[in-house]
Amino acid sequence: MVEFNLPPNSRIKEGKTWPVAAGAKRLKRFKIYRYDPEAGENPRLDTFDIDLDACGPMVLDALIKIKNEIDPTLTFRRSCREGVCGSCAFNIDGTNTLACIKAIDDINGDVRIYPLPHLPVVKDLVCDLSVPYAQLRLIQPWLQADTPPPARERLQSPEEREKLDGLWECILCFCCQTSCPSYWWNGDRYLGPAILLQAYRWIADSRDEATGERLDALNDPFRVFRCHTIMNCTSTCPKHLNPGKAIAEIKYLLARRTM
Amino acid sequence: MPATDRPLSPHLQVYRPQITSVLSILHRITGVAVTFGTLLLTWWLVAAAYGPDAFANVQGFLGSFVGQLVLWGFCFAVWYHFGNGIRHLLWDFGWGFELDQVRLSAMVMLGFSAVATLITLIAAYL
Repeated sequence: MVEFNLPPNSRIKEGKTWPVAAGAKRLKRFKIYRYDPEAGENPRLDTFDIDLDACGPMVLDALIKIKNEIDPTLTFRRSCREGVCGSCAFNIDGTNTLACIKAIDDINGDVRIYPLPHLPVVKDLVCDLSVPYAQLRLIQPWLQADTPPPARERLQSPEEREKLDGLWECILCFCCQTSCPSYWWNGDRYLGPAILLQAYRWIADSRDEATGERLDALNDPFRVFRCHTIMNCTSTCPKHLNPGKAIAEIKYLLARRTM
Repeated sequence: MPATDRPLSPHLQVYRPQITSVLSILHRITGVAVTFGTLLLTWWLVAAAYGPDAFANVQGFLGSFVGQLVLWGFCFAVWYHFGNGIRHLLWDFGWGFELDQVRLSAMVMLGFSAVATLITLIAAYL
C-alpha cells in the first residue's frame, strides 16, 4: 500500500555533529543515516565534515575514513571497492548507487547517505535483504534442462550468447529493486526489477529448457504486472543495465503465449 | 530485539524526484482526472437532455471562471493521458527502453500535450 509517511519508530531525528579534524581546509559535509538497534531510539542523521584533501575520491572512501578516524561504530557493508560486488549500495544524493563508484566531486552540496529505501534497517546503513533474497530463490536462478548433459559443456551460438549481454552483468546490489515505487508499495507480492531481470536472464538463455515453467510461475497480477514502466530502475542502475526492458520482454512473452 | 521492530528506511522522503517517476505519477493523476472529467461531461449531456433550466444551470457552472479552470485542466489531462498512453503502448511492444529514448519520448510527449491543449483551447474560444 502507498504510504507517504514513515512509521513513528522510523522517523529521522536530528543527529549529532562530529568535530572537524584540526587543520582541515577543503571541507565537505556528509549527512549520514544512523540507527543503533541497542539504543532504543529513533534513527538520526549525523553530520561529519571531511577534509577532501585527506580523503579518497569516492563516497566509500569517505565512509571508510569516518569509520577509521571519527566513529568506529559506523556500520555499512562493503567489499570489493570497485563496483563488482554490490555490497555498498546506498541511497546517495537522492538516488541509489554504489558508494565505491560514486565520486564525491559529482555531488553538489551536502552528501546525504541513507540505507536503500523502504527496507527494514538492521543498523546504520545495513538493511535486511531477506525478502529480496527469498524472491530470488523463488525464480530458481540456475540452469534447468531435462536433456542429458553432453560430454562437454552445453553449447550456445555467439548470437544466442549475445542475448545474455546486459543481463549476466547484474551484481544484485538491489539499487533498482529499492528505487521502484511499485516495489515500495507492493514489495511483498511484486518481485521487483532486480529479481525480474534475473528471471529474464534464465528465460533468455538458449540452454535453459524450463522457459514455459518459468513463465507460468511469473504469470500473476502481482509478481510481474505491478511493474508500471516507471523506469526508476533503469535510471538508477550503477552498472547501466536495463531491468525495465527485461520486465517488458517478460510481459511480451506472457502476452504472446495467450495469442 | 524482534526483527519486526526494525525501522523502515526512508523512501519517498529522500528519493530525488526523477523525470521517470514524476511523469509516471502524473499519468496516474491525469487518469483519475479524466475519469472525473468524463463524469462532468456526462452531467452536461444529461442536463442537455433534461431541459433548458438544467442545461442553463450546468452552463452557468462551466462558464464561470472556476468551471473554465476545471475544463482547462480536464483538457490537459486528456491530452497528457493520451500521449503518455501511446508511450506505454510502444513500451508494451518492447520499443524505446534505452534511457535516452525514454527521456526523448518524455519530452516529445510533454510538448505534444502542451501544444494539443493550447490548440484545443484556441479552437474552443475562437
